[in-house]
Parts: sequence; C-alpha cells; structure tokens
Amino acid sequence: MKLRPGQKLHSAVCGAQVVVVKAPAEAVDLGCGGAPLLGDGDEPAGAAALDPTLGDGPLLGKRYVDDDLGLELLCTRAGTGALTVDGRPLLVKGAKPLPSSD
Amino acid sequence: MNLLLLLDMVAAGRGDETAVQAGDDRLTAAELLAAAWTGAGVVAGASALAYVGTNSLAFPVGLFAAAAAGVPFVPLNYRLSHDQLHELLEPLGDTVVIAGGEVAAALVARGHRVVDAEAFVAEARAAAAVGEVPADGEGPAVLLYTSGTTSAPKAAVLRHRHLASYVIGTVEFAGAGPGEAVLVSVPPYHVAGLANLLSNLYLGRRIVYLPQFDAPGWVEAVRREGITNAMVVPTMLARICDVLEADGSGLPTLRALSYGGARTPATVLHRVMALLPDVELTNAYGLTETSSTIAVLGPDDHRAARGGGPVASARLSSAGRVLPTVEIEVRDPLGDPLPAGEPGEIWVRGEQVSGEYAGREAPLDAAGWFPTRDRGWIDDDGYLFIEGRSDDTIIRGGENIAPAEIEEVLLRHPDIAQCAVVGVPDDEWGQRIAAVVVPRAGAALDAAEVREFARRSLRGSKTPDAVTFAEALPFTETGKLLRRVVQADLLATP
Repeated sequence: MKLRPGQKLHSAVCGAQVVVVKAPAEAVDLGCGGAPLLGDGDEPAGAAALDPTLGDGPLLGKRYVDDDLGLELLCTRAGTGALTVDGRPLLVKGAKPLPSSD
Repeated sequence: MNLLLLLDMVAAGRGDETAVQAGDDRLTAAELLAAAWTGAGVVAGASALAYVGTNSLAFPVGLFAAAAAGVPFVPLNYRLSHDQLHELLEPLGDTVVIAGGEVAAALVARGHRVVDAEAFVAEARAAAAVGEVPADGEGPAVLLYTSGTTSAPKAAVLRHRHLASYVIGTVEFAGAGPGEAVLVSVPPYHVAGLANLLSNLYLGRRIVYLPQFDAPGWVEAVRREGITNAMVVPTMLARICDVLEADGSGLPTLRALSYGGARTPATVLHRVMALLPDVELTNAYGLTETSSTIAVLGPDDHRAARGGGPVASARLSSAGRVLPTVEIEVRDPLGDPLPAGEPGEIWVRGEQVSGEYAGREAPLDAAGWFPTRDRGWIDDDGYLFIEGRSDDTIIRGGENIAPAEIEEVLLRHPDIAQCAVVGVPDDEWGQRIAAVVVPRAGAALDAAEVREFARRSLRGSKTPDAVTFAEALPFTETGKLLRRVVQADLLATP
C-alpha cells in the first residue's frame, strides 16, 4: 500500500486504529495482528484471525516507527494485534520528553 | 492530521476527566468532543467562526466546533475598536462571531452574525451530536493575527497539520501525572493561548482558565486550584513577583512555570528564581507563524545558571535550543548560512512551521525555509540568542546595533524601570540611537547620567546619542514593546 501523511487505517482483527504521521516514498505492507491494515471503505480479504505470536498490540497515543523506511504511525485507538511493516514489527518511538513550554 | 482527532483520542483515553474549566464550570474531554459536534451546527454554512472575548469555555468549544464544521477559527483581540474588528471580519465572508456585551451589539449593527459566548456553549452542550472525525489536515484550523509590533498585523494561516505536528512532536499523549493542572491566563488571540489548550489537552492536564490576567487573581487561582503548571509572559512574571514578595506565602503546588512571548529582563528572572526556588523554569521562544514554541531553555539550563558559571549564566538570556523537530539556520543578507557565533537573520523549517499569511504570498524560500525576521546567533552548543526583530536593528554609521543589547544595560540601572531604544533618522550617521527611559517612582535621573551609565558597559557607537524621559511605554497586552509607536512619538516631538 502507498501511504500518505494523515491517512487513517484500522485493524481487521482488533480495535486498533492508526494515522500515518510519516509515509515512506515506496509502497509498504502494513499489518496488524497478522492481517493487512485497512483504509476507510476497504473490505477485509477474508476471515482473518489475530496472530498473538507477533507481539503486543498498540497503545493509545504511542507512535510506532520503522526508521529505515521513514515510517511513523500514531495509534488513535488501542488494539491487541501487533503492528508490522513488510512482516517486521514496528517499534515504539521512545521520545525523551521535552520541558513543558505550554 | 486534524485537531479533532487529537481531541477524539483524549476522549477515548481519558474521556471522563475534567479537560477544561472556567470558574466552577467544567467539561470532560468526552463532553468537549460532543459539544464540538453540536456547536458545529451553529456554525453550519458560515465561512469562519470568530471569537472576540476573554478566556472562557467558549474558546475550546469554539475551536473544536469550527474544526468539526470544517471552517477556520479566528480569535480576535477584544481590545480592538469596533471599527477595527469590523475591518478584520469583513474579508472573512459570512462569519459567525462569538462575542458578548457592547461588542456584540456594535458588530450586529455592522451587519455581522453574532452569538453570545455563554449561549453558544449552552447550545453546544444541549445535545450530544457525533460525527466522523476527518483525517484531513490540509484545511486552515486557525487564522491568528500576529502582534504587529513593527508593521500592520497580518493573519497567519495555521493549518490542522501544522498545529497537530506541533502537538504530537512536542508532547507525550496522556503524559500528565494524576492531579496535574495548568492555569491559562494568556489571551485567547495569542498563539500561546492556542498552544496552551492543545498541548495540555493532549497531555491530559486539567486546563483552568482565568478570564484575564491580573496578578493577585492569578496567585489566588494557583493556590485555590492546586495549579502545578503555568505559562506566562514577562510582564505577568514581574507582577506575580510583586504579589509574592508582598505576601510571602509562595506557591507550594506549582512545579513548573514557563515564560516567553517577549524578552525577559534578567532582573525579573533572578527575582523569580529567588521567590520560587523549587519551581522548574522553562523559557519558550516561538512565533505565531511557527505554531508557537520552536526553541526551549529548560529547567536544567536554569539550574546550571544558578550554579553561577559564566557560560551557563550567559545562556540564561538565550532562547535555549531548537526543538528536535525543527531545523534552524542563521543567514546573512544574501541568504547564505552563517557559522556559530555570528549574528544574522533566523530561518526555520519544520512541519509545525506555517509561514503563510491570509491573502498574501508566503515568504518561504524554495526549500521551505521561513524567515522569522528575528535576528540572532547560535553558540557552539546550539543555544540560540535572540537579538530582536530585524526591522528594529539600528544601522548607525554602517554598524548594525541590536536595541536589546543597549536596553539590557540600561535596565541594570537601579533607577530605571523601563526603557526603549530605537533608531531615529540622522543626516550624519544614517540613524542615531535614541533611548526613552521610564524612571522608577521618586527617582531623579538626568540624561547625562543615563548616557554615562551606558557608556561604562557599551562602546561609544552603541551609547545612546539622546536620552528622553517618559511616564510609560506602549506595550501590547502580551508584553511586546510597540517600537513603531515609540519611534513615531519621538519623531512627532520637536
């Protein structure tokens, strides 16, 4: 799938929803719990089951990245299926908190 | 990304906690989201939602209702004259204006659609509408007038993606600890008011609004509400110090105080550090056009300065380091980057940087860099020192002189309360340096003494050529000196 910043995607196997913050130039395969992430209006390819061996599901408000690809997703609804790109798990972005300026 | 999505996430994650509060009236994030969708109905068909008033719950409800309706939110300075407001509203087209009292009547008389702030909030809360949160971040979320200290005010266009990038790039979702509360007293038409709302909402901090700033009211609200965080502008900081020095009771719940919006005199900062030794201080530097903060001097830097080393102490007058999400360059007049230590114009680039103005060509260069029109320099460790607006630079006999450097020296004089240094036309030098000084009450000062005091710290070419005295100086409400007014007054006086 070719991604664009601001694009909303949702899981086919759990309640997870994400928004694309940074999109790689090339098309990638994004998955959640082993099934492809779906865009608005996309129909799941078939009955998919959540693969729990892939890891933990995304947490609300956390950002998930693949630095090599330049991919960043923001989790807008938590879920139980792990986020993957081209079959690899995405990593939680560990940002050092900035001093509160507001 | 759309700002409504940020609110939607807070409503999903911490939806039953108080998000915003004014007086005893509160809204949870879930209630705020529902009010936004219902409020969008009031705005339906309009081209913009304007806001003319002090801080109230109508500000957050209005901002998100405008987002839900897909139109820009336009906070205006409620101190402007009715005719000035009318002039700013005219080009927006068919606008709904949130306003109250005398202003409301004056705007209705000029043909505007006006809704009272309290009535708007009541209507928005009367039903719980829901809608589909738009993903699109391209639309203008807020049109915000810049301070206009050097020229006529312009409306900066802040798109959803600029503001959302700022929030998700600088604060951690639900990062606030239990019981954290922020007091917001900056005016709603200032970018800090907007940033305060968005950042703290996303952090999950309870946002407590003061309608308007007054120092005793602010101190009282911090104590009453158990406030842990606040952001103020330098003029507020000085007045808060006056109150705290007079009553001696301190602010036991306050953990962090950030300040910015204008240059903070070192004398004020030292008073704050003495009065609130346990409070973490942060200096924030940013512009309306950059969706607020782009550089911060954090608590560690303030602690280092307390330690007294010369480098750390000097950095107390800096804007700190640029955010990791923002790029910065100091450039010469030809647009070429300058090395560390050399002053020039500050250019920035980043997803939060808009640099767009309504109805004007954007001043961005081909690579997307925005000229801030602020002058400054960066030291070897990346600390940014702001000298002032490029337009304020005095060019005396070919030498570029930053007024701020001279003002800082003059403010060290114990009998000087305020001062402004500006350039005035001069046949021999191109410009000469004029200082307008406000003496402390009861102090006797003469011009020769002020010049001599300045000369002890500054070289001759930077010593004011003329010193005059005034009872007060013109400032914006957020503490920015209106130099063009000072200059015009000087030129009008023979």
